[in-house]
Amino acid sequence: MIPGGYGLPPSSKILKKDRLPSFLERLLEERIVFAPVRRGEVILIREIHAPSEVVLEYENAKESPKSIFFPEREPLFRYRTEKGKVEVDIPPGRERSRVVFGIRPCDARGLLLLDKVLGGEYRDPYYFDKRAETLVVSLACDHPNPSCFCLSMGGGPCSPEGSDLLLLDLSDGYLAEAVSERGAALLEDPAFEKSDEESLAVAKKIKRESEVSMKPVAMKENLEEHLERVFDDPVWKDLTETCLGCGICTYLCPTCYCFDLCDEAAGSSGERIRVWDSCQFPLFTQQASGLNPRPTAKERFRQRIMHKFSYLPKSQAMLGCVGCGRCVTECPVNLDIREVVKSLSGGNGG
Amino acid sequence: MQQLTNEIRAIARKLLREKKVEVVIGFERGSMPLRSRPCFIRKEEEVNRLFWDGFCENALAVYLPKRKERAAIVAKGCDSRAVVELIKEKQVQRDRVILIGVPCRGMVDRSRIESSAAPRRILEMREIEDTLILRGTDFEETLKRSEFLHESCKTCTHPNPVLHDVLVSEWLEEKNEDPFADIQTFDALTAEERWDYLNKEVDKCIRCYACRNACPLCYCPECFVDASLPQWIGKSIDSSDTMIFHLMRAYHLAGRCVSCGACERACPVGVDIRKLNRKLVKDVKDLFGYEAGLNLEQTSPLATFRPDDTESFIVNP
Repeated sequence: MIPGGYGLPPSSKILKKDRLPSFLERLLEERIVFAPVRRGEVILIREIHAPSEVVLEYENAKESPKSIFFPEREPLFRYRTEKGKVEVDIPPGRERSRVVFGIRPCDARGLLLLDKVLGGEYRDPYYFDKRAETLVVSLACDHPNPSCFCLSMGGGPCSPEGSDLLLLDLSDGYLAEAVSERGAALLEDPAFEKSDEESLAVAKKIKRESEVSMKPVAMKENLEEHLERVFDDPVWKDLTETCLGCGICTYLCPTCYCFDLCDEAAGSSGERIRVWDSCQFPLFTQQASGLNPRPTAKERFRQRIMHKFSYLPKSQAMLGCVGCGRCVTECPVNLDIREVVKSLSGGNGG
Repeated sequence: MQQLTNEIRAIARKLLREKKVEVVIGFERGSMPLRSRPCFIRKEEEVNRLFWDGFCENALAVYLPKRKERAAIVAKGCDSRAVVELIKEKQVQRDRVILIGVPCRGMVDRSRIESSAAPRRILEMREIEDTLILRGTDFEETLKRSEFLHESCKTCTHPNPVLHDVLVSEWLEEKNEDPFADIQTFDALTAEERWDYLNKEVDKCIRCYACRNACPLCYCPECFVDASLPQWIGKSIDSSDTMIFHLMRAYHLAGRCVSCGACERACPVGVDIRKLNRKLVKDVKDLFGYEAGLNLEQTSPLATFRPDDTESFIVNP
C-alpha cells in the first residue's frame, strides 16, 4: 500500500473520461464487472454487461457492496441422504475473476474489516474465494455527504485502504492511483496516460477540501474502554427508545457480517445455506429455553454499538464502523449513530 | 409550522404538569435537514424538544401496544385511525391514551426533494405554509410543498384525526375523490402482468422487516416469519420466500390497514408494499363497505361471523 495517496509516478496515471468506456470494455472481456448502476430511484452495485450502464456521478450506493463477497443468501453445500449414507456437494469456486468498479472508499475500507473477521484462525473459504479473485477499484469522494463521517472513523473520503486502484475525479478525467500490485497492473491498460505535476497538485487540493468539508464526530478517546464502563448506564434506554428493531442499519452496513445457517430441505435432500442475520432481531439471541438475553431494543442496539466501538477495536484493532452514513440516512426513525457515539462520549455515568 | 409546534408544546406541558400522562410521544427535529423523528417526553422542561413540520412521517401509534405508561400521542389522521384499530383489537386501552390530534396536510417525501435538488446538497430547510425553502452552500430554492407529498398522503381521504382528546389547529377540508385510481390501473392488468409486477417489486426486498416493524398494526408477539417450530417460510431472500412474507403480511392486514404508508416510507429499497395493502383496503371497502379505524363502534368485517353472510366468494368465486 502506498500511504497518503497521490504518490509519485508511475504509481498514478490519468484516465480521461472519454477513454473510460474502452477500459471497461477490456475489463469486461476478462472479468465479471460490478459497478454502480441506476435501478429506479436508487443506485446499486450490480454486475454490468456494458460500460454504458455505469453511473459514476453518484453519492453512494443504497446497499453496501459487501454482498458481492458475502451474499445475502449463500449455498454452502447440497446434501442427499440415502440408506444411512450422506452425499455432500460443495459448490465450485469462482471460474472467472472479478472487479468491483467505482465503489466508495468507505466501502472498500469496510472490506478490510471483513477480511479480519472472516480471516484469522478460521478462514472463511466462501468469502476469501470471492475476495481473492476480485479487484477493487474505488472512486474517491470529492463532495462527501452531510451524513458521511469516514474521516472520524479512521478512513477518509479519498482513503486508498481496501482498494487496488483509487480514482479521483479531476473533471475531464480521473487520477488513478495504484494501491496494490494488482492495481498497478491495471494501469498498464492503454486507456491510461501519464500523470503530470499539475494533475497531482489538483488532486491534492481536492483531497484536502473534501476532508475539510467533513464534520467530525465527537468521540471520546479510548471509547472502547469507556463503553465497557457505561454498559449499564440508563442512557442506553433513552438513546434507543425510538428504535423500531428492524434490520436496516445492519443489512445496509458495509461491515456488519452476522449470519445464520439454515437447511432448506425437501425430503432427504437439501441445501445448507448461509443468510444474513441481524443483532437487531429478537430471534438473534432467542434461546430454546425461551430466555432472551437481549430482550429489548435497548440491549440489541447496545450490542451493535458495543460491537462496533468496543469489541472490534479490542479484538481486531479496527473500529467496526467506516462512517458510510447509510444507517444515518436510512433509519426510519433517524436514530443517528453519530449522536449515539457523541452522547456516550459525553461521559454519562462513566 | 411554528404555531402548531407551540400549540403541541403547550398541550404537552399541561398534560405532564397535571400528571394526566407520564409520557408524551411526539416528534422532534432530526439530525439532518428534511428529517423529523419520534421522541418521548417525560419531563415538563423537555417539552421544547417537541416539534412539528411536514416531515413528521412516522406512525407513532407503533409505540403504544404493550406500553405500561399512560401516554399522550401526537396523532395525524392516519395515526388516530391506527389507535382506533389498536383499541378495537384490545392492544391499547382507551382510557390510558390521550390523542393530541393534528389535522395533517400530508407529509413531504424527502427523497423527492433531494432528487429535485440533486446534485446540489440541501443544508437547511424552512417550511412556511405551502412553501419549502431549501438552502445549500451555493443555492436557495423555493418548492411547493404539496407537490412533494408521500404517495400515501396524496391518496389520503382522512387528514383529520378521527379520534382525539385535544385538537391542535383547525379542521381541514376532506377530499372525497376516489383515491383508488392506482389500484384500478393495477386491477386492469392481466394476472400475469400483476404477478410480474409484484415479483419485480419483491425482488428488491432485503428482508430487513422495516415495513413490518414500522407498521402500527403489526404487533404479533411472534411474527410468522420468525417462527422456528415449525418454520413456515425460508429465511433467505429467495424470491418465493420473500413473496410469501409480503403476501401473508398483506392478508394479515386486510381490513386492518389504515393506509398510513409507514411500511413504504420505512422501506430502504423502495418496494411498492402499499400496492398489496391498498388492493386489500379497496377490496374490503367494496365487499363490506368498511374502512379500518374510522370509529370505535363498527366491528371489523374479518373479525365477524354472521350466519346470514351470503359468502358469495365461496359459492360463486
